[in-house]
Amino acid sequence: MLASLFVPEGASRAGWTEYAPLSASFEYSGSNVGQMLWSVSIIVLGLSSILGSTNYITTVINNRAPGMTWFRMPLSVWSLFITAILGLLAIPVLAGAAIMLLFDQLLHTNFFNVAAGGQPLLWQHLFWFFGHPEVYILILPAMGMVSDMIANGSRKPVFGYHSMVFAIIGIGFLGWIVWGHHMFMSGMNPTLGTSFMVSTMVIAVPSAIKTFNWMGTMWRGNIRFHVPMLNAVAFVAMFVIGGLSGIFMAATPVDMHIHDTYFIVAHLHYVLFGGSLFALFGAITYWYPKMFGRMMSERWGKIHFWLTFVFYNLVFFPMHNLGMGGSMRRIYDPTMYDFLKPMQPLNTFISICAFILFAVQAIFALKFIISLFRGPKAPLNPWEDNGLEWTLPNPAPHGNWERTPSVYRGPYEFSSPLVEEDYLPQTRKLPTDPEPAQHVPAASH
Amino acid sequence: MTHAAVNAMGPPSPTARGVDAYDMKLGMWVFLGSEVMFFTALIGTYVILRFGAPGEWARPGIVLSIPITAFNTFLLICSSVSMVKAYAAIADGNPKLLNVWMLVTIICGAMFVGIQVYEYQHLIHRGLLPSGVREGSELAELVANGTLPEATMGLYGSSFYTMTGFHGFHVTCGVISMLYLYVTKALRGKYTPQDYRGVEVVGLYWHFVDLVWIILFTIVYLV
Repeated sequence: MLASLFVPEGASRAGWTEYAPLSASFEYSGSNVGQMLWSVSIIVLGLSSILGSTNYITTVINNRAPGMTWFRMPLSVWSLFITAILGLLAIPVLAGAAIMLLFDQLLHTNFFNVAAGGQPLLWQHLFWFFGHPEVYILILPAMGMVSDMIANGSRKPVFGYHSMVFAIIGIGFLGWIVWGHHMFMSGMNPTLGTSFMVSTMVIAVPSAIKTFNWMGTMWRGNIRFHVPMLNAVAFVAMFVIGGLSGIFMAATPVDMHIHDTYFIVAHLHYVLFGGSLFALFGAITYWYPKMFGRMMSERWGKIHFWLTFVFYNLVFFPMHNLGMGGSMRRIYDPTMYDFLKPMQPLNTFISICAFILFAVQAIFALKFIISLFRGPKAPLNPWEDNGLEWTLPNPAPHGNWERTPSVYRGPYEFSSPLVEEDYLPQTRKLPTDPEPAQHVPAASH
Repeated sequence: MTHAAVNAMGPPSPTARGVDAYDMKLGMWVFLGSEVMFFTALIGTYVILRFGAPGEWARPGIVLSIPITAFNTFLLICSSVSMVKAYAAIADGNPKLLNVWMLVTIICGAMFVGIQVYEYQHLIHRGLLPSGVREGSELAELVANGTLPEATMGLYGSSFYTMTGFHGFHVTCGVISMLYLYVTKALRGKYTPQDYRGVEVVGLYWHFVDLVWIILFTIVYLV
């Protein structure tokens, strides 16, 4: 895909959704090799993701430590497991679509060529059948990691652990039957639109369950506002805003007006940036000591967090207003439309804030690199967490453990009455704990 | 050897297994799940394009050769049988018979691909391209005299080559994998009645590829 930037006519220019026939036909898009390279790169990347998913799924099902039952797994692992299943089943559909697109581009097949009986709408269905599970692939790991970080930061077990697991599974499952909500404006039968509307609204329920459970986790906790916790709590708040705007567009009649406006852009950035990206900042900070043996700077982490949080909201919240005012997506010059001219100052304001927001990320990037060499050396378990990974040296050696650990309890035993410390690792054996069933520990290979 | 004993092969895991299958077998099943979705996308596309097509679809047997492909189908099914016999041979402790049946499977698979390639060449010569019917070809004349519908031949070629082509690609990968295992493991006697996981796992893949072909043959050639 990077190479496609340098070929004649340049890279693909049909949007990330690559709708046919713009993407399939050189005479429409003006980009020939670039478009083909896009298709090829999706196929190759897709294959690697599928193989990675196969690995995750097999490992989680078959290779858990003794005593690590399904309901003793941390939510970060649960979310990665469900995400891997989503990827396994959704990405091949994208690969099939990309192959058909490549063949239309390269071999002059006619999958999306109306003149020969093909159907551009087919691309939309295939793409979004992948595309919706894809967005849950983007958010579920973030949700799982946020659960881990919030429990740690609150020194309390996750509220409603089982319902959190079922919510992850529910979101994963429901994500398959909502794809039409990306296509409300494609001319579909209104009854079909209604069914997608209903399923899309239903999917808000498990997400809401998770939100309440995060709040319940923090309630009356002994809260530590370390950098990962700040980012995780920001995730919850920002994801709620993104989810609420999502309800607007789930309603088909409303979507008729706001589709392809900046309201959608606001929504997707609230869930992707406000959601996944804040979770990512928190998670990188959280697991950095385990990966690299040093801590990232707490002070700069807080500076980065607050600046990012403020400017991110200044950039993306006004987009709700822009979108409601009718500002369309993907147009070069909004001032050529009279009805958009009054909103242009808001557009300018957003752009300025966006440049500052981007500049602020240099803090995180520099912090990441500098801490590799100058960060304070990290203890084994700097956040006083319970998971298995915190018993490993920093960084973990190949094969992780020399002797397979045993697991005696769930992952969120914070503030347990059984011990003096406010955390109780999964692998720590108390006199009252029974040994899990084991065979001879296997040598890793 | 019992099914349970096969599944107990390989390094023992120190925990009760998630499922009663060793890692490689579970991994292959999971991977086959993704392959199901892939072929569903292709076959689903074919169904949508054919039944939403702006005209009649070419009747069976005019463009494609059913007799040769039926033989090919038979060949692939036989190769699945020989695969099962190979598995049974090593399970019963007969590595030499394993080698025989594995070689039969590889040869049948390679013949399948070879015959498909021959078919492709013949079709291209007669004028069926991925983009439709080539001007001035034998099939173009059939279109001109109304035996073949003009409006849908573009879709016919597109869907035919894509579906059978990817299936052929998967068979080729299967033949290569099996050949690799044959040369590096079976011929060197590395499969034993205690550990023949590779045979079982490649066999699973092979049966999947066979099943996809049966579906493809039915809906592309016969319907």
